[in-house]
Amino acid sequence: MSHHDHAATERAPQDIADLPKAEVARFDAEIPAIVGRYPPDHKEAAMLAGLRLAQGIFGWLSPAAQKLVADRLGAPAVRAEEVATFYVMYHTHPVGRHVVEVCTNVSCSLTGGFDIFEHLKKKLGVENGGTTRDGRITLRQVECLGSCATAPAMLVDEEMHERLTVADVDRILGGLS
Amino acid sequence: MSEIFILTQRWPKKDPSLAGYKADGGYRSLEKALSMKSEEIVEQVKISNLRGRGGAGFPTGVKWTFLPKDVRPRYLCVNADESEPGTCKDRYIIEFDPHMLLEGIAIACYALDIHLAYIYIRGEFAKQARALEKALAEARAEGIIGPKLAGRNFALEVHVARGAGAYICGEESALMESLEGKKGYPRFKPPFPAIVGLWGKPTIINNVETLANLPWIVEHGGAAFTALGTPKSGGTRLFCVSGNVKQPGIYEKPVHYNLRKLIYEDCGGPPSGRPVKAVIPGGSSSPVLRGDEIDVSMEFDALKAAGTMAGSGGVIVMDDSVCMVRALSRIAMFYAEESCGQCTPCRQGTPWMEHLLERIEHGEGTRSDVELLEQLPGNIMGQTICALGDAAAMPVQSFVKKFRKEFLDHVEHRGCPQGEKAWGTFRNTREALIGGIRQ
Repeated sequence: MSHHDHAATERAPQDIADLPKAEVARFDAEIPAIVGRYPPDHKEAAMLAGLRLAQGIFGWLSPAAQKLVADRLGAPAVRAEEVATFYVMYHTHPVGRHVVEVCTNVSCSLTGGFDIFEHLKKKLGVENGGTTRDGRITLRQVECLGSCATAPAMLVDEEMHERLTVADVDRILGGLS
Repeated sequence: MSEIFILTQRWPKKDPSLAGYKADGGYRSLEKALSMKSEEIVEQVKISNLRGRGGAGFPTGVKWTFLPKDVRPRYLCVNADESEPGTCKDRYIIEFDPHMLLEGIAIACYALDIHLAYIYIRGEFAKQARALEKALAEARAEGIIGPKLAGRNFALEVHVARGAGAYICGEESALMESLEGKKGYPRFKPPFPAIVGLWGKPTIINNVETLANLPWIVEHGGAAFTALGTPKSGGTRLFCVSGNVKQPGIYEKPVHYNLRKLIYEDCGGPPSGRPVKAVIPGGSSSPVLRGDEIDVSMEFDALKAAGTMAGSGGVIVMDDSVCMVRALSRIAMFYAEESCGQCTPCRQGTPWMEHLLERIEHGEGTRSDVELLEQLPGNIMGQTICALGDAAAMPVQSFVKKFRKEFLDHVEHRGCPQGEKAWGTFRNTREALIGGIRQ
């Protein structure tokens, strides 16, 4: 069970008008290049990339951010919501400044992935999906990252770290602001 | 016979640039292909007996001939979703030799009269997506990919499309849904993608490794490729070895290489010196083999005859210190997490199996739970739109069948006899050998 900050979720922007103007302008400047990768009559194909762009700009996919992506692709808001909630890399709740994702699938656990995840839960004082009180780190257990021969692996802010020991993990986390 | 390296030949040079690739003869195969009739290329691929490296092992040339003659446009989707637990090979083709993949894509598109291709890469592969974008930019700048394919009157555009975390999107019809900007719900088949695919148009979906073989096949001919393997399955393939071995890594071997030899001679066997207890030979969905069953060829049909699958080439080795209930329960958790939820048997059955296994592992299981685990998979197999249901059922069936006593011991002893050590005694991260590169 994940432990989201429900108060923050409730304070989340609901409509496009609630989003900061400068960030919306940034999104609008970057979305045409993404849409341009698909045939002109299939703008909606840019949904995954559009949501990724919005998440990068706004930090997470609030209802307002989801509506913005759908609106610019000419799709109903519910289409953005169903995609945002289907894929695990989208955050539909606020997350910490850094997201740490540890693989605990078989190849990783055989080489210490499970131990690393248990160590981090204790060290950070959070459960799977939880964020530290200071808002610094969100910890998640994730599925196979395709680093089986160089296991165990984790993602820190979507960048892969491999062949980890508990000491490596402590060092990497120590460097996060 | 001396070893032949097709896919990994350039990896140790660590030069993925276009200049480096061309200096080693890269894109000469594309030139040769462009001087051939497209039907001749398709014919050579058929003769090569190249079989899909993503998991299903379907003959590539045969798949290509399913395209209807008169419908345009056609699309190519390159499956770089690599998510089957134990599989980690396509990422290295992209990291170490992306132009080999791009040349393969260009050859396939020319042969099949396709002018738009998408490389669908899993969202977690950020570094690899950047490597592809860089290689594509080089190929466009050089005039290889673009309005005039290598200067010919043939337009080809290739784009990278990133996933966002969903195992199911490696399934070809879910991949197309995802490319269309939707959640990854697999489609009913038939119609197959070659007839009704991306945006309803004929579409070929090939795995990264499959396409990366094309430059070699065009250069040396289909007969030379099939000669490396068996009469029905040609070439070499990338085997990903992980878990309890001295030297895990990516090993390029003939498709029919011996599994035991790979584990003991190439990878040095378990570092503990303990015996191998279990091997998952082709990614976590393939039925498990006991340590005494691994003296087999890894070719698709050979492993099928041995009751399992060559799948995606992901070999996971476990020594006798690893608890089979723990390992299976983690695999069951994966499929429960990744079930898309569309079909009832899979949506309901996968968490049920996970729950039963957790109970047994933690000492709350009963004998009838074990019996239920023997029946449940049969009610999922073949009852779902896509193969995820089968993929979830097969490991459960095989682990319980082959290690039944261990499951019953958990019931009798009210928990895992190994306690905290359920994942075994091996922990250290070892040096890996990735296509000849030490990591």
